[in-house]
Amino acid sequence: MDFLNAIVALTNFVMIPAVAYGSQLALGALGVTLIYSILRFSNFAHGDTMAFGTMMTILFTWLFQSWGIGFGVLPTALLALPFGILATMALVLVTDRTVYRFYRDQKAKPVVFVMVSLGVMFMMNGLVRFIIGPGDQRFADGERFIIKARAFKEMTGLREGLAIKTTQGITVVTAIVVVALLFWFLNRTRTGKSMRAYSDNEDLALLSGINPERVVMYTWLIVATLATIAGVLYGLDKSFKPFTYFQLLLPIFASAIVGGLGSPQGAIAGGFIIAFSEVTITYAWKKVLRYLMPDNLDPDGLVQLMSTDYKFAVSFAILIIVLLFKPTGLFKGKSV
Amino acid sequence: MTDTMKHSLMFAAVALLILLEGLTDWSFFSGSWNSSLVILNMGLISAIMALGVNLQWGFAGLFNVGIMGFTALGGLAVVLTATPPTPGAWSAGGPGVLMAMVMGALTVISAVAVTRVLPKGRLRSLLVLAILVVGFLIYRALFDPSIEAIEEISPAISGNLGGLGWPVILSWPVGGLLAAGTAWLIGKTALGLRSDYLAIATLGIAEIIIAILKNEDWLSRGVKNVVGLPRPVPYEVDLQNDPAYVEWFASLGMDPVLGSTLYVKLGYAMLFSIVLIALLWMAQMALKSPWGRMMRAIRDNEVAARAMGKNVTKRHLQIFVLGSAICGIAGAMMTTLDGQLTPGTYNPLRFTFLIWVMVIVGGSGNNFGSVLGGFLIWFLWIKVEPMSLELITLLTSGLEEGSFLRGHLMENAAHMRLFTMGLILLLVLRFSPRGLIPEK
Amino acid sequence: MSEPFLIGDGMTGGYGKGPDILHDCTIAVNPGEIAVIVGPNGAGKSTAMKAVFGMLNVRSGAVRLGGEDITKLSPQDRVIKGMGFVPQTSNIFTSMTVEENLEMGAFIRTDDISGTMEQVYDLFPILRDKRSQPAGELSGGQRQQVAVGRALMTQPKVLMLDEPTAGVSPIVMDELFDRIIEVARTGLPILMVEQNAKQALEIADKGYVLVQGRNAYTGTGQELLADPEVRKSFLGG
Repeated sequence: MDFLNAIVALTNFVMIPAVAYGSQLALGALGVTLIYSILRFSNFAHGDTMAFGTMMTILFTWLFQSWGIGFGVLPTALLALPFGILATMALVLVTDRTVYRFYRDQKAKPVVFVMVSLGVMFMMNGLVRFIIGPGDQRFADGERFIIKARAFKEMTGLREGLAIKTTQGITVVTAIVVVALLFWFLNRTRTGKSMRAYSDNEDLALLSGINPERVVMYTWLIVATLATIAGVLYGLDKSFKPFTYFQLLLPIFASAIVGGLGSPQGAIAGGFIIAFSEVTITYAWKKVLRYLMPDNLDPDGLVQLMSTDYKFAVSFAILIIVLLFKPTGLFKGKSV
Repeated sequence: MTDTMKHSLMFAAVALLILLEGLTDWSFFSGSWNSSLVILNMGLISAIMALGVNLQWGFAGLFNVGIMGFTALGGLAVVLTATPPTPGAWSAGGPGVLMAMVMGALTVISAVAVTRVLPKGRLRSLLVLAILVVGFLIYRALFDPSIEAIEEISPAISGNLGGLGWPVILSWPVGGLLAAGTAWLIGKTALGLRSDYLAIATLGIAEIIIAILKNEDWLSRGVKNVVGLPRPVPYEVDLQNDPAYVEWFASLGMDPVLGSTLYVKLGYAMLFSIVLIALLWMAQMALKSPWGRMMRAIRDNEVAARAMGKNVTKRHLQIFVLGSAICGIAGAMMTTLDGQLTPGTYNPLRFTFLIWVMVIVGGSGNNFGSVLGGFLIWFLWIKVEPMSLELITLLTSGLEEGSFLRGHLMENAAHMRLFTMGLILLLVLRFSPRGLIPEK
Repeated sequence: MSEPFLIGDGMTGGYGKGPDILHDCTIAVNPGEIAVIVGPNGAGKSTAMKAVFGMLNVRSGAVRLGGEDITKLSPQDRVIKGMGFVPQTSNIFTSMTVEENLEMGAFIRTDDISGTMEQVYDLFPILRDKRSQPAGELSGGQRQQVAVGRALMTQPKVLMLDEPTAGVSPIVMDELFDRIIEVARTGLPILMVEQNAKQALEIADKGYVLVQGRNAYTGTGQELLADPEVRKSFLGG
């Protein structure tokens, strides 16, 4: 019984949150990695693109709510999501036309692109704060739980409860669907293959008659979609705050690099590696250990390896270890 | 018009802006000499930071986005150097903390040693893992009770180790040393990797430094802040109570409050100017020296420089440490000026990316450009808010008082400064990528 | 004599704003023919082919394809006009499968490509077996076959190969040449730059010997092989 309790506690406090967070990071890292493989730079504005998409989705959610439109047990934000994606697509396409295209034509060095993305980051950040303000926004509505802790306890008779939030369920399901669609697109469609071809060998892609501007456009559209979905899922699960989204940049980059920049499979693996490490290292294991240790050996501290405030340090440490021992990442990424 | 004249005019224009801030309250100027001097002082510090970043980027092409971390280390140096030691803290937990640090270092060193000595294989992996786990447990066993003991000592006013009680000016070079040491560690691991990897690594380390300052209460009091740091200049209250000064202020036509505040700020401005001029002079000498020429040669063609037998990674490490040290000095100066260390206020947009805007706008690779960029961008950073408020007032003058849109716009006008900084950066990168004062 | 199908006529030019590398150089090829450009290192062999393909500035002279002046067209537009080009290096998509490589070769086509793909597989049977393997995992010779196959997928009117045998073993080289002859027999004109002058001239209907960006000797492969001057200077006696 104690063993079961320990498993449930572990699932409840570590596995489920880590899977949800990992899915969110993976979607974010996919966006970073796609930009990297097609446009060949590290996009520092990605966190703020996510923030913009989420903000637009929130605005549409409010609009729908004011009209009395809901989505039943699911959050209204899911209804608003397509509109948020469209708005973000418009934003990134305008940004590409007005900002990035110039440097593409110039064949500027990657580091110049990174600088430019800093400027874009500032502007998007300012824009989001200007429109919705810097504060915290919670916009999840509908049913809060799929399984409530108490219901689970009554059902199983265990001492530990297991709760699965609706947002966690949505996150995982959506992430699976989105990733499946993305891989189908990249591996099965002509446009997707042309994107991979362009990423693989730009000159040969040109010789094959692949239009780079089209490839770039599709890339931005996909990135806008991924970023918005990742941002909305994160916001539903936790809350939306512009600055938090900017800070997500670090774990997202860590995921993409750990997996291998430019490799979509790597981005997903990296997302889960980072999420699981962050959660397990900053989790107070006392609750789980209590069930496993003999009574007289009960741990007296929290048995927490590091305080939660150091979660960035975890992503960073993993990043450094991977960079030192396997600079191209776990899945072979690009090494430009 | 010669270049020198053009550049002098630019400096004069920025100086005029700061002067106007004190002289007139027209439009977005406040007409307060105090405000003018505040901008000047922070401008001086910004210019020093920009100088440090320019050393790394302009001279060597290193992309450091962890400036915030080095600045914060400078701030920590002020606490560790200039605050008086907390009575009893050292005896309560000092040895424990030191022992823990030594154990931590020993753990890492022995793990590295085992990795080097043993051949690759399962045995080595297991051994390294065992060393790390055991080392970590011992470290925590030593560390946790010690910091608890330290944090228990009058938590309301200190609860940290305190400092050495040295004069606060000394904390500036100490800040530089602290930043330099950290930069050396980062550089050892991240330099020689790709440029965007260095960027991510520095971005990460900066966040970690801030996390440490926020959470290690025994060191920096965390989010409880350290206030009332010692000053290198007199206190306003003391001046106001000193008849000699009051008389002197009166002879200048100022009341004691205004006079004393201006006097203090001018004092800071003098000190900061001395540091800026000294660092600028050194940076100029370095730029013109064979060493500076070599750095730029490496930046322009790393492959060729390597082929000529230059140790590129070593040179990069050198300049990375130097540039970071300058940021550390500036960080210590800033904390001294504020009189408090508030780890919660460090924000990468303001402390890292804004400095980048200064360097790019001023002209990367040119020391004077960075200084100019530092002053100009700092002035704008402060003044964009009132400017956009004014603009919004003008634009919404048709809307009725109290309308939702107008209220919302007015309320959020402050956030226009990020937007504007981004716009300035993009415009400069596009139309004048070499900046206001280009590299010669 | 009537105008050849593809001709780079009196081309003079160089890369970007750089100095001229080609001087009044003429290269031409007709259907069913293999034309080979040979010459010492630095003679401008590859440059001449790139000039025909539009990858450098032709300051005077002209390139005509089927009588149409294409001097001003970009390489991409020339692909659409029916020129297939196989670069010397990085000429395949290494991370994509053989079949995807061929598909990407046919990117500009909107009609059914399965027939052409069958033809390529018939020509290079080994590729059929490895169709779902990433091209980067193949051997050097197989990669070259993928590269040629990719270029054939557009159903070009002329095929240009830049040193197709660079870095492959002599046996593989012979096999590649056999395949190239087979392609040429279908009536497709082939223009090829070759380092291995002797073997290349043996299969060539037309040979161009370039020296310092100029036509030094021109003739059929056999004529050039028989020419004592050419033998002495370029073929090692």
